[in-house]
Order: sequence, then structure tokens, then C-alpha cells
Amino acid sequence: MRCDVVVVGAGPAGSMAARHMAEKGLDVVMLEKRQEIGDPVRCAEGVSKTGLRSLTDPDPRWIAAEVRGARLHAPDGTTMVMSEDRSGNEVGYVLERKIFDRGLAMQAALAGARIMVKTRALDLLRRPDGSAGGVKALRFGEVLPIEADLVIGADGVESKVGRWAGIDTSLKPKDIEVCAQFLVYDPAVDDDYCEFFFGNDIAPGGYVWSFPKGRKLANLGLGVLGSRCQPGAPVRLLRQYLERNRPEARVVEMVVGGVPVSGPIERTVADRVMLVGDSARQSDPITGGGILNAMKAGVMAGDVAAVAISDGDLSAAGLMPYEEKWRETIGRQIARHYQLKEFFSRQTDEDLNSLMHSMQSMDMSQMDLRGMLKVLIKLNPKKLWELRNLVV
Amino acid sequence: MLTVDRYRCGYCGACVGVCPEMALELVETWIEISPECVECGRCTKICPTGALELSDKTEART
Repeated sequence: MRCDVVVVGAGPAGSMAARHMAEKGLDVVMLEKRQEIGDPVRCAEGVSKTGLRSLTDPDPRWIAAEVRGARLHAPDGTTMVMSEDRSGNEVGYVLERKIFDRGLAMQAALAGARIMVKTRALDLLRRPDGSAGGVKALRFGEVLPIEADLVIGADGVESKVGRWAGIDTSLKPKDIEVCAQFLVYDPAVDDDYCEFFFGNDIAPGGYVWSFPKGRKLANLGLGVLGSRCQPGAPVRLLRQYLERNRPEARVVEMVVGGVPVSGPIERTVADRVMLVGDSARQSDPITGGGILNAMKAGVMAGDVAAVAISDGDLSAAGLMPYEEKWRETIGRQIARHYQLKEFFSRQTDEDLNSLMHSMQSMDMSQMDLRGMLKVLIKLNPKKLWELRNLVV
Repeated sequence: MLTVDRYRCGYCGACVGVCPEMALELVETWIEISPECVECGRCTKICPTGALELSDKTEART
């Protein structure tokens, strides 16, 4: 089998790349190793309304709930409210990822991409010069070589494409948040707000979240920084949190997952290979959100792929415009947020409490994450000295 | 030797992401361990469900 581009992984990054390339007339094959695109979910499903709308026209069926804002809770219970249009990247819509991911894949299919499920990439095919010549796949138990001019790795946290191409994407324990999440029915759920709870006891180096999905359903989960994790800690801590804080909650689904929080990696292109989304470690190190960055990277990679194929230069140098584009757009924020994550994951509960207290007299309801940090630094110049250059 | 309790595993692939040797692979709903494993213990530490274990036992891999 032959095509122009083979995309490995049918999440938001892969589907956006596949769709954009197919729309430009390229022959695209997208592989998904699972039987079902989008399932099981590994995501809290929150996404900014304006962010999503800037990338696509959302189908109402993708959206489980709309929220009005976010509440942040310090370890001692001090609370701060951020309104929806300002609370950064991650709230506004709470998606139904199972439907959303399939919707994006369907758009790619409608644009002309061929999608193959239950098809897992085993390795790269190699050209005589050693560069990628496509992928060797296992489709429904049978080996299928798929020759292509270009391979796009959109294969998520467990990515192999980059590593096969000589890009070391392995994550250090301090650069992954390991998470557990229950979908709960709980009369205590506030259907209008996403909630974030901080504390080194409840979620070391991470946070507990509650993202409403409508009618008292919510994604209730937590992330623990890998370097501070013990075997099984995320599930154990989540159960404990539920017992202590949500006695009425009824669990109807359980998922686990790892979120890259490594910040920008050294490179995301090699000869005839590009990485997008979680496989390129483009998720946000402070919020853990990855959907929008993945979609944006998918579009950028798709655009660059079309040009590189028509120019006939698919070397790493020819694909470099993708690397440059994502670094000067989403990459800047990812890099800044990595520094913030490094800082905040070191803070004690007392530090977190005192930072939250310092803002109690301020009106934060109209502030985004950046504005909030500005105020924080102004109010706590000594404590936050090392962050002074991150907020411009 | 590294073993995975597939009845405990949530097949999320976090272990695959931290493996420095590419010794793990998430296939459908289970984790496969290849002989490249150097028993560094990164995956056991970060597994959200605690499904991976390093032991001296030489039982068959499950």
C-alpha cells in the first residue's frame, strides 16, 4: 500500500493534520491502533470555547457542558473565582471526547483521508539512506507495509514514531503527570464551574479537578507528578479524596493516563518525520491541557507537509518550517508554563495558601492566568523573584 | 524481572512514555514487555494503577 503521508494516531493532532493535508489534495492514510477512535478517554475534557471555535466549528454533539468559569481552591480552602472568558486555556466547554475525536476523524475522512482502525505501527520502513519510507503496520493481526513520502507521528504519550526516527521523546518522571479520573454522579457537583483543588496531600505536584459534564455528572480526577508518585498513587489518592470529600459520589467510569509536562523537546522533525500533539510533548505543563495545542500543531504540520511535498524536500531541513512555526506560537507559552510548573510543583501547602491569601483583596474575576501571575508577582516579589521574567 | 498485572492495568500507556529503552508497548488493552527491559523501575513508580512490578521471581510473564 502506498500514500503521500501516513499519520500514526487518530487523536485531535492526527485528525487535524490528516484533514488539512487531504484538503490540499494529498493522499493521506491515518492509522489508529485501537478498535475505537477516542475510547477509552485519557482526558479531563476541558477546552476553551474561543480556542476551539478558532480552529473548527464545534458540533453540538461534541459538547457535554458549557461552564461559566473556574474556581481555584488553596489547601486551606481559600477560594478564588475566574470567569470563563478569562480563565486561560482550559475551561469553557467540557467535551465528550469519544464523540469529539470521532468527529474530527470523520472530518478527515470526508476530506479524503483513508482511516484504518485496529492498525498499529510496528516500525518505520527505511529507505536506502535510512530515512523513513513509511510504516510497517500490523492490521487486524496481519503485517501491512504502508509506503509513504512522509510519516507524521501523532501517537500520543506512548509515542514510538519519534524514537524510531532518532528523536528521544522518553519522559523523565518529573516530566509526566500521572492521572486517574472517575466520571461521577454527585448531587454536590456545581454544573456551572470547573474546580481545581491544590495540596501536596491530595495531589503531590499536581491538582484535583472537577469538570462538570451536565446534570450533576463530572470528571473528577487528579494528577500526581511522576517524580513524587508511588506505584498506584493516583488511583489510591483519588479514592481517598472521594471518600473524604465527596461522600455522595457514584462512580460510573474510571480512566487513567499520563500527561507530558516536559516543556518543548529538543526537536520534533527528522528526515521525512514530524511529531504533533502529545507525541511532540506539546501539552501545557501547567494546566495539562493538550487538545488545542495538538490541533494547532496538526494544522501547522499539515500546511508544512503540503509545501514540502510539492517542493520535493522532505529532509529535516525541509520540514523545519513546522518546527519554527510551532515554537514561535504555542511553543512560547509551553516553555513559559514549564518554568511555572517547575516552580509551583516545589511549593509547600503554606506557600500555596499564602499566595492565594495575597490575592483575596483583589478582583480576579476578570483575569486570565497571565494577569493573575502578574498580580501575584507584584504582591509577592521576593517569593516569586525567579518568575519575574516569565510574565511580560 | 518486570511483570504487569493485566487485571489491574488501565492500559493508559504512561509507562511506555517513560521507558528509556523502548521496552514497553501498549497493545489494545495490555502492556507488552520486551527483552530490552533493564529493570530501571521508572514505569513501576509512575504507574497510576500500580500494575507493574519488579521482582526477583522468575515466574512466567502475564
